[in-house]
Amino acid sequence: MLRNILLALVGAVVAMTGISSTTIQVAADEQFIPMLVYRTGPYAPSGIPVANGFRDYYTMINNRDGGINGVKVTFEECETEYNTKLGVECYEKLKNKGSTGASLVNPFSTGITYQLIPKASVDEVPILSMGYGRTAAADGRVFKWVFNFPTTYWSQASAFIRYVAQQEGGESKLKGKKIAHVYHNSAYGKEANPTLKALANKYGYELILLAVDHPGQEQKATWLQIRRAKPDWVFMSGWGVMNQVAVKEAASIKYPMDHFVGNWWSGSDADVVPAAAGAKGYKSATFHSPRSDYPVHKDIIKHVYGGDQAKAKSNSFGEVLYNRAVVNAMFAVEAIRTAQGKFGKRALKGSEVRWGLENLNLTEARLKEIGMEGFTKPVKVSCSDHETMGPIIIQQWDGNKWNIVSDWISPIREVVRPMVEKAASAYAAENKITPRSC
Amino acid sequence: MEIINFLNLVFLAPFVEMVSYPIFFSEVIISGLLTGVMYSLVALGFVLIFKASGVFNFAQGAMVLFAALTLVGLMEHGFPIWAALISTIIVLIVLAFVVERFMLRYLINQEDIILFMATIGLTFLIQGFGETIWGSNVKPLDLGIPSESFELGGLLLNEFDLFAAGSGAVLVAVLAIFFHYTRIGRALRAVADDHQAAMAVGIPLKNIWIIVWSVAGFVGLVAGIMWGAKSGVQFSLSLIALKALPVLILGGFTSVPGAIVGGLIIGVGEKIAEIYWGPLVGGAIENWFAYVLALAFLLFRPQGLFGERIIERV
Amino acid sequence: MFYRETGQFKSSYKADQAIFPITQDRWFILFIFIIAFLVIPLTASEYLLQAVMIPLLIFSLAAIGLNLLVGYAGQLSLGTGGFMAVGAYMTYKLTTAFPEVNIIVIFILAGLISASVGFLFGIPSLRIKGFYLAVATLASQFFLVWMFNKVSWFYNHNSSGTITAPPRELFGVTVTGPTATAETRYIVALAIVCVFALIAKNLVRGRLGRSWMAVRDMDIAAEIIGIRPFQTKLIAFSISSFYCGVAGALMVFLWLGSAETEAFSINESFYVLFMIIIGGLGSILGSFLGAAFIVCVPILLTNAPQLFGLSMPIDLQKHIEIMLFGFLIVFFLIVEPHGLARLWQIAKEKLRLWPFPY
Repeated sequence: MLRNILLALVGAVVAMTGISSTTIQVAADEQFIPMLVYRTGPYAPSGIPVANGFRDYYTMINNRDGGINGVKVTFEECETEYNTKLGVECYEKLKNKGSTGASLVNPFSTGITYQLIPKASVDEVPILSMGYGRTAAADGRVFKWVFNFPTTYWSQASAFIRYVAQQEGGESKLKGKKIAHVYHNSAYGKEANPTLKALANKYGYELILLAVDHPGQEQKATWLQIRRAKPDWVFMSGWGVMNQVAVKEAASIKYPMDHFVGNWWSGSDADVVPAAAGAKGYKSATFHSPRSDYPVHKDIIKHVYGGDQAKAKSNSFGEVLYNRAVVNAMFAVEAIRTAQGKFGKRALKGSEVRWGLENLNLTEARLKEIGMEGFTKPVKVSCSDHETMGPIIIQQWDGNKWNIVSDWISPIREVVRPMVEKAASAYAAENKITPRSC
Repeated sequence: MEIINFLNLVFLAPFVEMVSYPIFFSEVIISGLLTGVMYSLVALGFVLIFKASGVFNFAQGAMVLFAALTLVGLMEHGFPIWAALISTIIVLIVLAFVVERFMLRYLINQEDIILFMATIGLTFLIQGFGETIWGSNVKPLDLGIPSESFELGGLLLNEFDLFAAGSGAVLVAVLAIFFHYTRIGRALRAVADDHQAAMAVGIPLKNIWIIVWSVAGFVGLVAGIMWGAKSGVQFSLSLIALKALPVLILGGFTSVPGAIVGGLIIGVGEKIAEIYWGPLVGGAIENWFAYVLALAFLLFRPQGLFGERIIERV
Repeated sequence: MFYRETGQFKSSYKADQAIFPITQDRWFILFIFIIAFLVIPLTASEYLLQAVMIPLLIFSLAAIGLNLLVGYAGQLSLGTGGFMAVGAYMTYKLTTAFPEVNIIVIFILAGLISASVGFLFGIPSLRIKGFYLAVATLASQFFLVWMFNKVSWFYNHNSSGTITAPPRELFGVTVTGPTATAETRYIVALAIVCVFALIAKNLVRGRLGRSWMAVRDMDIAAEIIGIRPFQTKLIAFSISSFYCGVAGALMVFLWLGSAETEAFSINESFYVLFMIIIGGLGSILGSFLGAAFIVCVPILLTNAPQLFGLSMPIDLQKHIEIMLFGFLIVFFLIVEPHGLARLWQIAKEKLRLWPFPY
C-alpha cells in the first residue's frame, strides 16, 4: 500500500518537473521589480517590515498615479530566509520576468549583495544596495552596476565618530577616549572596522573590537569585557537576535544607554521591544526619520489601506525598517522616472534603469513634491560616486518610540573616500576589471 | 625576545590578571556558572529522550521554540499566565502523543542514525507548524520576573539570572526525585536500561515514550521561557540547541547530573577563554572553544563525564 | 520482461567484476550520460542549470565524500562544511597567488590540503565513537569557519572578508568568474563529478573499501582480523575531506561565484548528512539520489503553488513548504529506512519480473 503511494508520489514529482518550465506572463509595458524578501527564518522580524514597506510604496504609486508616468510597477516576492544560496536562486528565477526583465534588484542582505555583484554586469541588472553590501562599490568607476547611496557602512562609522566628537565637545577631546565596537562576526559586521581603525590613528582614541558570533544569543563574555574596559562609547553593528540580547545585556551591566549607539541595522523597533523600558536611552544611526506623519505616509494610508489605520499598523506601517523600505522603494521609482526622462515613458530595461540610477538627482524640491520633505536628505549620484556620502542622523528610544536627537551629520570624506578607492582598485585588479574613466 | 613575550601573553599574563582583579574574576566565574545552568536546561531535554528511547532528538531546539511560541501566542490572545502555561503543557503532551503515534512507532528497532534523521524531519515539521500559527515576528515575553541588576560587595548580579539559575536547580531536583522515587520514574529507568527486558516485565513502552517526550517538552518550555525573556521569542531560539551539544558530550548523553555539571564546566570554561585569551586571537572563540573543551574531556573519557561505560565485545 | 539478464554469460573475471554487469544497465547509464552531457546543456534554461543542476552536482560530490566516511567507514562526521571551506579558501588563495596554473590542478591541490586537514581532525576518531564523535567533529566545523573568518590572510586581506572567483580559462574557454556561462560551468562540474564518482566507486569495491566496511561493522573485530583501525579510519577521513574540499571549491568557483564563511556554516554539514541518510548510507548511487532529493524537493515545493495557479502569502507558502519537506523526510524513512538507493534496488528487482508476476 505504502509503496503504491510512493510510486504515485514519484510520478507526480516527475510530472511537475516536466511542466515547471512554463512561466507566468506579465502584461506588456509594466515595469517589473523583483523583491527578495525574508518573511520567515531567523531574521524574519527585520524582514517583514522591509517587505511590507516595499510592497506598500509600489502599490501606492500604482493606485495613486497609475504607475510611474503611467507605466505600472509590477513586483513579485521571493522568499530567501536571508540565506545567500536561496537569494541567488530567487534572483535567477526573477531576473527575466516582466516585459523587460528585472529593472533593478534590492537584495536587502549584505551576503546576497556580494553574490549578485559579479552577476550584475553580465545580466545587466543594476543593484541598489542602499546602505549595505560592499562598501567599495561606492567607486562607480569599478562597480558600474552597483549603487549604494545614500551612504555606506564606512561613511556611517566616520559620522558616528564625528557625533561622538560633537557630544564630547570637539575633535580634540577624542584623544584618550575609549570606543568599543561590538560587531556581528561576519562580512557585514566587520565592515566598519577599517574605518574605525583609521580614525583611531587620526584622532588618538583607543578602539576595542569585540566580535559576537552568529547568532549572538549568549553575549555575557562580551559585556563583561565592556564592564572591565569601561569604554566611553559603544558602537554596535548587530543583526537579528544579537541586537535584542545586546540591548538587554547592556542594561543589565548598567552601561549608560545614551552612550550606546547602534548602526542603522541595529535600530529597528523589533530590536528594542523585548527589552522595552530597559532599552530606554539606546541610540542608533539612521538616514531617514523614524516618524510616520509625512505626506507620503498619509498617501499610503489612503491609497493602500483605504484609510484603515489599524490595518496599516498590523502591516508594520511606520516602523523604522518599514520607513527604510519606503525610502528604498522611492529611490527605485525616482531612478526609473529619471531614466524615463531620457528613454521615454515605457517599460525600461535594466541597463536603462542603471542610467537613471547614475543620473539620479533628488533635490529638496523634488522630495517635497513626493511628500518626503524632512523624511530623508537629497541625493545626487554621479558616475564616479555611487554612494554620495549622505549625512546620517541619530535616533533615540524613549521606551515607547524612536525620536531624532541630533542634527544631520556628514561623514568624514577625506578619510573614507581614499579607502573606498583603494579597496575598489584592489577588487578591479583581482577580477581583471578595467575601471571606467569618469 | 618575541617568543618570551608571546609565552608571557599566553601563559602568564592572563593568570596574573585573574589574580590581580579577583572581583572581576569572580564575576566572570559567576556569569559562567549562570550561563552554564541555562545551557543545561536545553541539554536536559536531549538527555531525557536519549535516556528513555535512545533517540538523539534533534528536534529539541524546535520544541523549545514551539513551546515558547505557544505560550506567548496564547498570552497575546488574552490568556492569563497560568491558563496559558497549562494550555501550553497540554499542547506539548498532545505533540508527544502525535510523535509517538505517527513516527516513533514505525521506527522501532531502527538504527540510531535513522531515528536521528527522523527527528530532523520532525524539526522542520514543528518549526513550520509553529510559525504558521503564531507568525515570525519577535514576541516580547514578560512573565513579571524581576530583572534589575544590583551590586553585592562589588559584584554585579542580575535578579533574572539568579532566578533562572534557581529555577534550573529546582527543575533538576524535581526530575531527580521523579526518576528515583516514583513508579513512572523507575519504569523510565528500566526502559532506559533495556527496552526488551522492560517490555518483558510488563512496562508499556509506548506510554513511557509519550511521558518522556512530554517531560522533555516541559523542560523545553522552561528553557524557552528563560532564553525567550532575554531575546524575545523568535526563530533564533531554536538555534540554542547548538549551544547544548558540547554540554551534552561533556556530561554524557545519558546522565541528568552530567547535563548540569557539563553545563557549568562549559559555561565557565568558555567565558574564561573568551575574556582572558579571546583578545589575543581576535575574539569570538566561545563557540568553538566549547567544543574543543568537550573534545579534550572526551579524549580521557570517551563516554562523557557521567555517561555509561561503553563495553565492547566481539 | 525487458530487464532480465537471461542469456548474458560472463566468461572472464573481468566481465564478472564490471561496475554494470548487466547490458540493460549499461544502456541505461549511456542514456543518462547522453542526457547529462548533451540534452541538458543544450535545452535547459539558465535558471534550471544555475539553481538546480549545478548545486545538485556539487552536493552530490560532497555527499559521496561524506558517504565514504559515514556510510562505508562508519565514522559519523558533522565537519563537512568546515572541510568544504578549506577547499574553497585554498582554491582562492592558490589561484590568486598563481593565476597561470590550470584551475583543475588548483582544485586538486586544494582538495589535498583539505585532506590533510581532515587527517588532523580525524585523529580523535581513534578514541571516540558514534554520536560523541559527531559532536566532536563539530569542533572542527566551528574552528575552521572561525579561522577563515578571522585570519585575513585567507581572503587576501580584503576589507569585506569574502572570496570572489576570478575569471579562469580552461582550453581557452572561461570556466569561472561572472563571464563564464552556466552551460560551461555545468559541463566542468559534471566532468569532475563523474571522474570522482568513478574513483569512489572503485575505491569502495577494492581492498580499502572492504577494510572500511569491516571497521564500520565492528572495529574491534576488524582489528582482530588484521585491519589497522588507525590507518583505515584516518585514510577514510582524508579521502572524505578531499572530496568535500573539492566540492567546496566547486561551490564557490562554479556555482556561487563569491562567498563568505557563512556559506559553509553548520547548516551545510547537516544538509550533506541529510543527503546521505535519505539517499542511502553506503551507496554511491544513494549520494546522487539524496542530493537530488534535498536540492530539488524544496525548489519543486516553492514553485508548485504557482504551477497550480494557487496564490498565497509568501510566508505561509514557505511554512507549508518547510512542513512538507519535514513530512517527506519522515515519510521516506518510515517507508524505507535504508534510503532511496534501496528503493531503487527494490524497483529493479520488481522490474525483472514485470509485467509477469511469476
